[in-house]
Amino acid sequence: MTTYLFKRFLSFIPTLIGVSLVVFFAIRLIPGDAIIATLGTEAGMLTETQRIALKKYYGLDKPAIQQYFIWGAGTLTGNLGFSVRHGKPVTQLIRERFPLTLELTILAVIISLLIGIPIGLLSAIHQNSFIDILGRLFSLIGLALPNFLIATLIIYVLSVYFHILPTSGDYASFLQDPVKNIQQLIFPAITLGFAFSASVMRMTRSSMLEVLNQDFVRTARSKGLVERRVIIRHAFRNALIPVITLIGVEIGYLLGGAFIIEQIFALPGLGRLIINAVSQREYALVQGSALFIALNVLTINLLVDLLYAALDPRISYES
Amino acid sequence: MKAKTKDNIFIKLLSNPSGLIGIIIVTSYFLVALSYSFGLSPFPAAEQHVIDRLQAPSSKYLMGTDLFGRDIASRIMEGAKNSLYVALISVFLASVVGIFLGVISGFIGGHLDNLIMRIMDIFFAFPALLLALLVITVLGTGLNNAVLAIAIVYTPIFARVARGPVLAVKEMDFVQAGRGLGASSARLMLKHILPNILAPLIVQISLALSWSLLTEASLSFLGLGVQPPAASWGVMLSESRGLAERAPWLMMFPAIAISLGVLGFNLLGDGLRDVLDPRMRSRK
Repeated sequence: MTTYLFKRFLSFIPTLIGVSLVVFFAIRLIPGDAIIATLGTEAGMLTETQRIALKKYYGLDKPAIQQYFIWGAGTLTGNLGFSVRHGKPVTQLIRERFPLTLELTILAVIISLLIGIPIGLLSAIHQNSFIDILGRLFSLIGLALPNFLIATLIIYVLSVYFHILPTSGDYASFLQDPVKNIQQLIFPAITLGFAFSASVMRMTRSSMLEVLNQDFVRTARSKGLVERRVIIRHAFRNALIPVITLIGVEIGYLLGGAFIIEQIFALPGLGRLIINAVSQREYALVQGSALFIALNVLTINLLVDLLYAALDPRISYES
Repeated sequence: MKAKTKDNIFIKLLSNPSGLIGIIIVTSYFLVALSYSFGLSPFPAAEQHVIDRLQAPSSKYLMGTDLFGRDIASRIMEGAKNSLYVALISVFLASVVGIFLGVISGFIGGHLDNLIMRIMDIFFAFPALLLALLVITVLGTGLNNAVLAIAIVYTPIFARVARGPVLAVKEMDFVQAGRGLGASSARLMLKHILPNILAPLIVQISLALSWSLLTEASLSFLGLGVQPPAASWGVMLSESRGLAERAPWLMMFPAIAISLGVLGFNLLGDGLRDVLDPRMRSRK
């Protein structure tokens, strides 16, 4: 197991180097530079000497390869660079914004599992019944509604029928004001959770149907086990693996920042930080955040693989 | 013989409920987009009727008008054309490049396989929309850049989906026989392997069309895809925010259009999967 973990962590390195290279050089293909992006039209008023001094100050006077290595060496010590516009280190900005995104992700995943798994189970157990048709209809609708559409609909319903504006007021973290925090996050979480629950339901249903037709389930039934025990202990446990893969992919996506939802609900999370960094051409911030997100995705993938082994004793990573 | 097989697939698809509904929705979608291209919309999509701003649906304006007095029905039609353009071209590019990389990678194997798949892993480490966002940042906003961004996002998926079956097919007797008869690698890949891995790829293409429709709408919603005054369902939905209380039709019609488009391609994909992959049939 330790060897497996070590190998997996080792395999992170080339992917992360690849990610950093892609982001670092892609962002330098954009016309203009960080100085123009920071100062806007005022950049045109800089004298040549001032421009050179600023470039030197930000390290932009060095060749791109050298800039990459300087940045790369910094990341190893946890220094992802400095955001010119925010006037803060990138690591600090990520630390400030990430908790919100993490909380939103956890809430959304819980909501999606609470909705998706029971409906998927019921649909599979009562295949082709009225319940199944309703369940499948639910998943079809859920899959066809993009999350920004659900968000727009939720805001519409809340504002028109309940006179509530979920996007109003400054964001309060959970530690500052738990009630206000949940009030602010619940609707974005419902939006994301609902959108995702359709995929969870679909995967649970198809995976359960496949497992329910297998010999070991038949054996369990013929042993005279109660149906509930057959379903929960035998079938569901085995049907979980594809569902967990799906959840892993989704968590990776959500931790990367639910861009549109954070934007619509005006939440200062990682997604919104990146959208703004992208439009303001904040080199260091985009690079640092992308690297952080890639690391998240890789870690989640690893955790998913480890969970497989915990759920299915046939899967073993022992060498 | 080949034509007969194709007919069979089409007939099976028509007798599959998901496939049939999918075909009806997707065909209607194509017809709406084509009608706009042939100038059959009630009004030019960008034409402003200042006196008729924010009109509710009526016999003159079937789906009402927006803040600038533009006809929503005509804009929905232009949106269909633009989203279909983005979806078709981006998925075409992604599938051609992705399948090419996947087949080469799986067939040749060894270091090349390792290299191609590790590069694909780099792209998989980004959530799809973040990757699209980065590409748009580099290329700039606009319809064609959205096409490229979406194509880049979906290329690795096609590479991965194509590579798996190649590994299995290349070991089969008929490929080995072809190799024994002296067929070149290119011939083996094109004539022997590709036709035998098409089924999962066709399903993937249909699903990718629905994702690309969604991604285009998302990018346009964020102001990074189709640029106003050109119409896109994402842009229309974004413009409806804040006005939804006064004029709910501004939100309703693009919302229905996006959902139906995605639903259509999803159902078509499900139907194709049922027809092309008998193992999946028992799952439904």
